[in-house]
Amino acid sequence: MTATTTRPSRTDEELPSVYRPLPSWVLPALGAGAAFLALGLRALLGSGPVLTVVFAVVLFAILVNVVSRRVEGQRRAADRTVTAVVTAMFAAAMVPLLSLVYTVISRGSARFDLDFFTLTMRNVIGEGGGAQHAILGTLIITGLAALISVPIGMLTAIYLVEYGRGKLARSVTFLVDVMTGIPSIVAGLFAYALFVLFFGPGVRFGIGGAVALSVLMVPVVVRAVEEMLKLVPAELREASYALGVPKWRTILKVVLPAAAAGIATGITLAVARVIGETAPLLLIVGTTTSLNLDPFNGRMATLPVFTFYSFFQPGANPQPNLDRAWTAALVLMLIVLGLNLVARVIAKSFAPKGSR
Amino acid sequence: MTAPTPTTGLTPEVPPPGEPARPRSRPAQRLGDRVFSGLSTSAGVAILVVLAGVALFLVSESFPVLTADGADIPGGEGFFSYLAPLLFGTILAAVLALLFAVPLSLGIALFISHYAPRRLARTLGYLTDLLAAIPSVIYGLWGAVVLAPYVVPSYRWLEANLGFIPFFAGPASANGRTILTVGVVLAVMILPIMAAINREVFLQTPSLHEEAALALGATRWEMIKMSVIPYGKSGIIGGAMLGLGRALGETIAVLLVLSASGGISFNLISRANPPTIPSNIAAQFPEATGLTVNVLIATGLVLFLLTFAVNFAARAVIARRAEFDGAAG
Repeated sequence: MTATTTRPSRTDEELPSVYRPLPSWVLPALGAGAAFLALGLRALLGSGPVLTVVFAVVLFAILVNVVSRRVEGQRRAADRTVTAVVTAMFAAAMVPLLSLVYTVISRGSARFDLDFFTLTMRNVIGEGGGAQHAILGTLIITGLAALISVPIGMLTAIYLVEYGRGKLARSVTFLVDVMTGIPSIVAGLFAYALFVLFFGPGVRFGIGGAVALSVLMVPVVVRAVEEMLKLVPAELREASYALGVPKWRTILKVVLPAAAAGIATGITLAVARVIGETAPLLLIVGTTTSLNLDPFNGRMATLPVFTFYSFFQPGANPQPNLDRAWTAALVLMLIVLGLNLVARVIAKSFAPKGSR
Repeated sequence: MTAPTPTTGLTPEVPPPGEPARPRSRPAQRLGDRVFSGLSTSAGVAILVVLAGVALFLVSESFPVLTADGADIPGGEGFFSYLAPLLFGTILAAVLALLFAVPLSLGIALFISHYAPRRLARTLGYLTDLLAAIPSVIYGLWGAVVLAPYVVPSYRWLEANLGFIPFFAGPASANGRTILTVGVVLAVMILPIMAAINREVFLQTPSLHEEAALALGATRWEMIKMSVIPYGKSGIIGGAMLGLGRALGETIAVLLVLSASGGISFNLISRANPPTIPSNIAAQFPEATGLTVNVLIATGLVLFLLTFAVNFAARAVIARRAEFDGAAG
């Protein structure tokens, strides 16, 4: 937090006539002072650890402001205070996020064993059992959703970048924006309202979940692919046209390969985005305790919904269910983080080297 | 979600001056061309159809609610008195989340873009992107198990010392599962995405503006005040609106954290909290039959319209900035 500015010292009417920066020992000393005062307040008021840290930071900001104002002048004092506040805000925002990751890992590791991946919950009461049915269900439903949304999303993006002109293209762009903002529960209601027309009330099956997830996934795919296609230099297309290659072959053989890494990254991130969706699956897929691999027939278990119900309705003997919920959350988090990592590796290793 | 990038990107539609990027006189349409352009156009049209379908099915399924007898609606007093507390709870929770998340996301974004050392900044940016991908059910578990018990003493303190303010009138909830806690959980959830958007916006500030400010002798904070914030203003507003849209539609985290039993009340720390539209749908739908299903779908339609309005406003703000950029060159 020292040496906040890197400009040559100079005289200025608003600065003290001879500018002297704060000696480097001042900030640590002020920090120690603020911490000491906050501990004193803690003894006085009985504030908890978080509040004590908040006190310490606020006191530190005030102290820095006062001292710096006397030595360096008003403007530098404001600068130092803002630096302290921004850094503190960043640290404050990291606390809940780190706490979340820590909680999931520490509580989820209790049942993170082989059984969890190889057993289902069929006829399991109390301890034991696993989430194999939920893991496979999630993979099937998300895979189907990707199977629906990737072609539609990619073709739409190709349309928008390569063909789309005029009113239709503008309205498609607008509607993709609208779709980006659809709440996931509304996507679930849509899938339900759609299938209830054909199958009657109370319909629950996996493909409905895939349709609901597609509604959420298509706009993400379109946006990602669109961005990537726009990055392909126009010269590549022109060179291909100049050689007499038809437009569709140009798109397939020149434009798409040039953007392939980015597209793969975008799709991976889109999958990561929908694989943890709970609400739509709760409505249209439901849940079950046994393995169901047929997405066209009956309820399926999925990892997010499994997590939700294990926690929300743990039953008379809650602990085993809660343990399973946390482990399912851990597995889900690992899948999502893994997909993000894969996306990053794809982006890095296939990125065109040189030119840009 | 990274919408506010209007000026970047080498768009093929914009040819370099003087030479058309795309031949105006198109080559003869071959069969492959027609098939391919037909395919991609129909994919675009499919999006139109799907969205029209979403609206149409939701409307058709919620239509019975309007004609139904008020006594048949859950609660027995008609649809709108059923909807009112839900709508209130939804908006209250989202606004609370925004109150926490906007300043914090600005702080995070500024820290990453202008304060952190360059190498650290890249890692931190990547970390926030990762956190944005964590599923909401996990945030819900964390909120219910870790956060809710943790805030109970603070609520007691608020009730005892600030109880004269209606927000903190109490009696303080014994398990902490209040609308205020939900606001905090939602804020934590939308923080990463909002911070990512703000960071993008801040990084787009022309470095000439920043260098000019520094060259005139501005301190870092003055430079940020003079060049970064004004340049990114509409991007910040747009990002906040997108965060609001997410918070409005959040389902599972709210359902897991909130103990919903009350009606419209500004009391943020008591046991009686208004439910939110999405959490109410998720809670009631699995066991709902008959008209209740239609009622729930109708509330979903209201939620859809609400988020649509918010997102639309966000796009308008961001688009205005794009126009402004174009004018400035």
